[in-house]
Amino acid sequence: MADGGSFDTFPKLLLRNAAQFGNGPAFRHKDLGIWQTWTWTEVAGIVRAYAAGLQRIGLQPGDTIAIVGSNRPKLYWTVMAAQALRAIPVPVYSDAVADELAYVLAHADVKFVAAQDQEQVDKILSVSDRVPHLRKIVYDEPRGLRDYDHSRLVAIHDVIEGGRAALAGNPALGDQIDEIIRQGEGSDVSIILYTSGTTGASKGVMLSARRCIDAVTDTVRFDRLTENDVALAYLPLAWVGDHYLNYAQGLAAGFCMACPESGETVEQDLREIGPTFYFAPPRVFENMLTRVMIRMEDAAPIKRRIFDYFLGIARRHGESILTGKPVPVSGRLLYALGRLILYEPLKNVLGLSRVRVAYTAGEAIGPDLFAFYRSIGLNLKQLYGQTEAFLYVTCQPDGEIYSDTVGPAAPNVDIRIAESGEVQFRSPGMFVRYFKDQAKTAEALTPDGYVKTGDAGFFDEQTGHLKIIDRAKDVGRLADGTIFAPKYLENKLKFFPSIKEAVAFGDSREFVCAILNIDLTAVGSWAERNNIAYGSYQELAGHPQVYDLVTKSVEEVNRSLAEEKVMAGAQIRRFLILHKELDADDGELTRTQKVRRGFIAERYGPLVTALYDGSHEADISTEVTFEDGRKGVIAARVKIRDVQTIGAAEPFGRAA
Amino acid sequence: MRMPDTSEILLQVEGVSLAFGGVKALRDVSLDIRKGEIRAIIGPNGAGKTSMLNVINGFYHPNRGAITFKGRTRAQMQPFEASRGGIARTFQNVALFKGMSALDNIMAGRTLKMRRGLLWQMLRYGPALTEEIEHRHRVEEIIDFLEIEPIRKVPVARLPYGLQKRVELGRALAMEPDLLLLDEPMAGMNLEEKKDMSRFILDVNDYYGTTIALIEHDMAVVMDLSHRVVVLDHGVKIADGTPDEVKKDQGVIDAYLGIAH
Repeated sequence: MADGGSFDTFPKLLLRNAAQFGNGPAFRHKDLGIWQTWTWTEVAGIVRAYAAGLQRIGLQPGDTIAIVGSNRPKLYWTVMAAQALRAIPVPVYSDAVADELAYVLAHADVKFVAAQDQEQVDKILSVSDRVPHLRKIVYDEPRGLRDYDHSRLVAIHDVIEGGRAALAGNPALGDQIDEIIRQGEGSDVSIILYTSGTTGASKGVMLSARRCIDAVTDTVRFDRLTENDVALAYLPLAWVGDHYLNYAQGLAAGFCMACPESGETVEQDLREIGPTFYFAPPRVFENMLTRVMIRMEDAAPIKRRIFDYFLGIARRHGESILTGKPVPVSGRLLYALGRLILYEPLKNVLGLSRVRVAYTAGEAIGPDLFAFYRSIGLNLKQLYGQTEAFLYVTCQPDGEIYSDTVGPAAPNVDIRIAESGEVQFRSPGMFVRYFKDQAKTAEALTPDGYVKTGDAGFFDEQTGHLKIIDRAKDVGRLADGTIFAPKYLENKLKFFPSIKEAVAFGDSREFVCAILNIDLTAVGSWAERNNIAYGSYQELAGHPQVYDLVTKSVEEVNRSLAEEKVMAGAQIRRFLILHKELDADDGELTRTQKVRRGFIAERYGPLVTALYDGSHEADISTEVTFEDGRKGVIAARVKIRDVQTIGAAEPFGRAA
Repeated sequence: MRMPDTSEILLQVEGVSLAFGGVKALRDVSLDIRKGEIRAIIGPNGAGKTSMLNVINGFYHPNRGAITFKGRTRAQMQPFEASRGGIARTFQNVALFKGMSALDNIMAGRTLKMRRGLLWQMLRYGPALTEEIEHRHRVEEIIDFLEIEPIRKVPVARLPYGLQKRVELGRALAMEPDLLLLDEPMAGMNLEEKKDMSRFILDVNDYYGTTIALIEHDMAVVMDLSHRVVVLDHGVKIADGTPDEVKKDQGVIDAYLGIAH
């Protein structure tokens, strides 16, 4: 077992791993249908050659190098090689559109970019006149790039081989590289991660090597991760989650990072690799469950009966067995049988058989969804964190799991709740500052050195765990003073399988309204079973029977709100189903798939007005961006429904 | 687009005529296909385009005329001789083994390259295994090339049409052909699928250096993709040249738009 220990930079950890785990797997990548493996010794050798190669083409200590692409070993090695040279890697979201990319590349003053393939190279070249310091682009996959002007383009393979040749020809160069690694200090900025930009332009969060390693050392111990663990590195490279969970923990614990063949094959790769440490946002768990349920609906009746029966057993005893609470012998026996017949085969199909520790974060997870995975024996836990903390602020220890909390403070993290209700923390991994933004840095810190999370929350009295309700600035009040926490409502709505996205409005208004997105998979399958014909998403979304279906869910939400004294006044009185799916390409979601409420309110202004003026339909036409970057206009007439509220509240628009 | 490097002629069709009973499908047609080019055969319905492809790969035997492929002239050729000689094709309506996976379908394209006998292959041992691994490697390269990794193990019957076409192209590529015949590679595709397919055709030509002859109805596609175009109408060649030349040709315009009588 290993952790960060006394090592203060990642390249030093890499050398430690090469010495300690030598032939243990460090990276896997499926290429040409076969999983290729690189050991720690090999990776250390490659990174050394790569660093020498990058130095030859001009990468200096302190320079920034952007990394654009999906999870490929060569891109992770770029991070390592850059850190070895004391340069600063800046990963960028690979699905960023040209403008976003240009902003980050220019803001970070990048001199070099490592790109995955022709698509990314094209994107970078298209904005290269806006990136004044750009000198060279290195790329992983040569396909389609043969006819490009190679004065500024080099294949990563050639950089590595060039470095290897130079090292072979000049032993002093090797010493020089090793010397730079030795000189690396814990206070070096080891990476700049740009935030996804939920609120305006994205900020470059600078993290130092020492703090990163201290933070991961704590969590590697917390979850007892070792060199025998395996993680599937499929999260976006530029997201703190991937850099923390896979890269940093991988180096600290010495476990293997397996890179999927491509974004579309993740599911199959998951089954083949069988990771022992797994992270996925609630959305992924939800999609998995939806797919299982849809397939079960098509299964033979006898199989469905077995499935339902054993899921019932799991619901009753599974969680207790997982957390080690007392369970009657009969329950244990039935559960054991269920494991044999259902739970283990099901986990195997999902690729979760070997998972020892699984986390979810980013959004609230539905209680049923959470309970489902835990009941079939998956040790799924929640954490709460942010880029500024280098991920972890809180996390749930084994055995103390609740679906509506995010856990107590992570090891060595100090949390306090400000008077405004905002959560503030001090943590080992907390960021140094925002890159080139003194004002924002000052804004994010309290005078006594705590980081303001911008989230409102409170500590649950029974469990001592933190509960997050919403972004502090989003918590508003209705005209009559009732507390309005939009996210809280949206999450309740989204827990219904037919509702994919929800946007609630109500701040300074008289009542609450919502704009909804249906889930095409779930509603589509429901439509098929009920013989409802539809030609497009738009048509399905506007179907009266779909409205009926969704109305029931909204009423359900109102019923649950009515039970909570504080929230009872914030029941949803009117809603509409949007004619198109909210999309990050249209700026409606962030790259991490969170809704941008303000932007949506502006973009669909006429619809919001209609929600509040009592009309029963409204016209809207909006510009959309297609997958290939072209723009078009979608126009639609959207219907609005009134919903029954529970309790004293008078239903609105009865006469309208 | 890069022009082919040589003007060396890979395939020469000379004075070919083909008749089914009284129907004259081809009348004294001559055309050449140069090494490394993308050659389009266009024409209105019933012009004899598919017949031409079938003559080239030996499926039909012309009543008159000769075909010279890689310097060897013959009046008749069997399809298997054509494929052994390095001619591969795809079909207007996809002709895959529907129940087999995409991988197996492409693997089937390697059959002619397999050297070990049936017995060895049934044993799947020793030299046959080594050989299979080598073929699988080539097939995986094609899968990577055509970006169909996610559907490797999916039975083709379950795939959407555009992907089936791509698998069919993969199977033809697996033969490592010198000449690739594509019969309406974009028929029935939506805009995005057409774009993808066009890119793959250009990539195949560029990356593998494969000579391509294709039949296509979408004029925009033809004009963008091909180096030279031959136009057939009622079995007669009415024009031959670069896309620009053909576009301006009065005979072609008349054939497509009709003439006032």
